Amino acid sequence: MKKVNSLFDIIGPIMIGPSSSHTAGAAKLARIAGAFAGGEVVSAEFHLHGSFRETFRGHGTDRALVAGILGLDPHDTRLRTSFALAEEKGLSYEFIPADLGMVHPNTVRFVLKTRTGQTTEVTGSSVGGGEVVITEVNGFEVRFSGNYNTLITRHKDVEGVVAAVAGILAENHINIATLNLSRTHKGQEASMIIETDSFLAEEALTQIRKLPAMISLMNIQPVKVGEIDV
Amino acid sequence: MYNNGKELLAICREQNIPLWEAALLDEIDQTETTREEILEKTALALRVMQGSAGDPGEGKTMGGLIGGEYRKVKAYKDSRKTLTGETANRAMMRALACSQSNASMGRICAAPTAGSCGILPAALITGAEELDCGEEEILRGILTAAAVGKIIVQNATVAGAEGGCQAECGAAAAMAAAALTEMAGGAPEQSLHAAAIAIKNIMGLICDPIAGLVESPCSKRNASGVLNALSSADLALAGVESIIPFDEVVDAMYTVGLAMHPDFKETARGGIAATPTGKALAKTIRG
Repeated sequence: MKKVNSLFDIIGPIMIGPSSSHTAGAAKLARIAGAFAGGEVVSAEFHLHGSFRETFRGHGTDRALVAGILGLDPHDTRLRTSFALAEEKGLSYEFIPADLGMVHPNTVRFVLKTRTGQTTEVTGSSVGGGEVVITEVNGFEVRFSGNYNTLITRHKDVEGVVAAVAGILAENHINIATLNLSRTHKGQEASMIIETDSFLAEEALTQIRKLPAMISLMNIQPVKVGEIDV
Repeated sequence: MYNNGKELLAICREQNIPLWEAALLDEIDQTETTREEILEKTALALRVMQGSAGDPGEGKTMGGLIGGEYRKVKAYKDSRKTLTGETANRAMMRALACSQSNASMGRICAAPTAGSCGILPAALITGAEELDCGEEEILRGILTAAAVGKIIVQNATVAGAEGGCQAECGAAAAMAAAALTEMAGGAPEQSLHAAAIAIKNIMGLICDPIAGLVESPCSKRNASGVLNALSSADLALAGVESIIPFDEVVDAMYTVGLAMHPDFKETARGGIAATPTGKALAKTIRG
């Protein structure tokens, strides 16, 4: 039996139409990808796979993707006019039909450049009902939903990093919901994705950033439905 | 905790509480939130629904297949005698408004899906007018609807790609029928009879959107979906019972959905989408 966690999975999401997977999910994916860029994005490539490639115009997937990069949430009424907003903010964008291989039919690969010239690549899928899964970030295989506060580290693959980060979270009374650890090669670079039950205060983030092995740290907050201003 | 209609009714019976309250208590338990927080979120959903059910104007939708239906129905019902009456036309007009809002990149509340987002709001708003319900009673209706939707998701599906339109608009109509029955003071059993009747009325309906877009025939199926909900609730409130229990009807709907050919499950390869006109429209839209 499938498990429904909350009645608001049934009455919801509150979103901009027309499609939870092609519009709301696309916006959410782009919002998460945009957060990874770590600065103001000035150019965005959207490599569209499968059903995204076939129907992106009629479902407003294109506008939703641009809106997400601009930091808009899936329920933001400015989604519809995101192209104008992009022009205003100096964001150029391109939609590129792609074959990304054996992936979910609604998959997009983002190639984002910031004003300072930094490039970030993120791949993710819209898996239905507005839910998404991020599957790759800058060459690292990952798997998270963006529904939790998500902490993403890039650190040197040395002893004690996991324990140190977990220790800081515990000291700050933050419970870990899920934890995923991967690395490029032994002794080189590693990455942790930690989904937590509550938000991290800036103080906890600073403590983690200060760990000697830490290369970079990102903290992505979930979209909170209660914050919608209607 | 309840996994099906039988268990939900047992909770209502044992604790002598209405359906909405059983749903609320379970939600508090499952999500570790407070009653106030849940009611606040429910009220937020209602405000979004009310917004999307208002006049969306005559602007065309993303695919350009629909638009302006709300105004047509409103002008029609305001100017002459209608066949189904003022209430039914008001309900249809609102369901059409939600569908148009959705297809125009307006803000909606999926209930349970974006494609079927017109049925529950139209039923709640119109039902509340007919039954003189205040906001508190409408929120109880939404909680009832959510409980019914949860049971359908857990035992079947509400995705058109998995179960056809009977799963999306069928679930929405079942949820709305149960909500209306609750708002009208019906017993928990009557709400589930109404939900069962609504699903039976639409069983087997395929999902065949022109060009794969959530526009046509989706919008009109939202209009007929709210009528399905209203009539199913009226029947249940009159004491008419579904001969087959709700849980068995949900199981049957799922079995039918799984047996449905993929051409008839949101792929735009069958039914209305595959007609010569449907195909020509798709070609124009995709350019």
